[in-house]
Amino acid sequence: MSSKSITPKRQLAPGTIKFDGTMAKQGYALNKMCYSFNEASAREAFKADERGYCAQFGLTDAQIKAVLERDVLSLLKLGGSIYYLAKFAGLLGLNVQDVGGLQTGMSTEAFKARLMKIGVDHRAQQEAKQHG
Amino acid sequence: MAKITAGVATSHVPAIGAALDLGKTQEDYWKPIFDGYEFSKEWIKNEKPDVIILVYNDHASAFSLDLIPTFAIGCADEFQPADEGWGPRPVPTVKGHSELAWHIAQSAILDEFDMTIVNNMDVDHGLTVPLSLMFGQPEDWPCKVIPLAVNVVQYPPPTGNRCYNLGKAIRKAVESFDADLNVQIWGTGGMSHQLQGPRAGLINKDFDTAFLDGLTQDPQGLAKMPHIDYVREAGSEGIEMVMWLIMRGALNDDIEERYRFYHVPASNCAVGHIILENQ
Repeated sequence: MSSKSITPKRQLAPGTIKFDGTMAKQGYALNKMCYSFNEASAREAFKADERGYCAQFGLTDAQIKAVLERDVLSLLKLGGSIYYLAKFAGLLGLNVQDVGGLQTGMSTEAFKARLMKIGVDHRAQQEAKQHG
Repeated sequence: MAKITAGVATSHVPAIGAALDLGKTQEDYWKPIFDGYEFSKEWIKNEKPDVIILVYNDHASAFSLDLIPTFAIGCADEFQPADEGWGPRPVPTVKGHSELAWHIAQSAILDEFDMTIVNNMDVDHGLTVPLSLMFGQPEDWPCKVIPLAVNVVQYPPPTGNRCYNLGKAIRKAVESFDADLNVQIWGTGGMSHQLQGPRAGLINKDFDTAFLDGLTQDPQGLAKMPHIDYVREAGSEGIEMVMWLIMRGALNDDIEERYRFYHVPASNCAVGHIILENQ
């Protein structure tokens, strides 16, 4: 297909961690804990004692520190899968835009505005095409 | 005999489901998205499918990392909306078509596609958001649904080519099912989005548009695209689009593109939607 590349071909996918076997092994306990948040009782247990709940699942010290600090980028590097970390974010009352902001060092508002602008520019281009 | 008449592809952004459930469809941010599905809601009222084979991915709701099936087909009579970490969506129970699902599983396995058979599974937004977009908020879903969950969470997911060929095996299975059923196949997920890491919020509308064009005009070529192209161009979670190729493979080579909709943004994602009819 002929699509316009937005990154040089030599760079495979910048800023992206492939959640492969190595990462899954490293993050197994962390992701298992996040999976447990699918149950309301687990969400309550975590809120009551965050460190204790992490320890119960056998997280490493580095993973526990990143959980306590809401350090999403570190959690990704330590084997967290974003699909599982989303449960952790949800439990904290954060949506994916908040998480986007946290990871890119922007406020949620700035992160949302950036995406809105892409949409506005797209629609302007479409209109120009139709009338031009 | 049963027959696949049409394919639908759509994004399944969870925030779209939340917007509908919380009555926000008329807000400035959400209205253009729901308006984009008005045509489709009218269209499906006329099409009246008996069964939808709904290809989606589970988002760490039914499957943990204890067990990761590449292709899992739901053969149960019903599927409950999952608690995904913030309570289940207030949507109807999904009614399955057990006989057809078993028939597809058996046929596809004998065709050398090793399906995982699932008799008990909750379904998350990946499956219920597309139903909401196409049917709104009915008391009961108007047709039966066969969930087909594809792994796109743990690398490697299936290749686009494998997905395309699985679609063909599904078509063969449906056409050999001895009941007069109007069957649709839906592919969901995507379009471009990256949730993880410093590149979060990536949108690539040129890639998305080319993907939609390829789906209609050159699915065989599109099926050859390697994973890395999806990830690099459409973002880490853009890989979900391989699932659209199962839908396309299950249709005839000769199709008509009936409708297309594209919008940026919904939450962190581009929303893409296409309706293809068999000729």
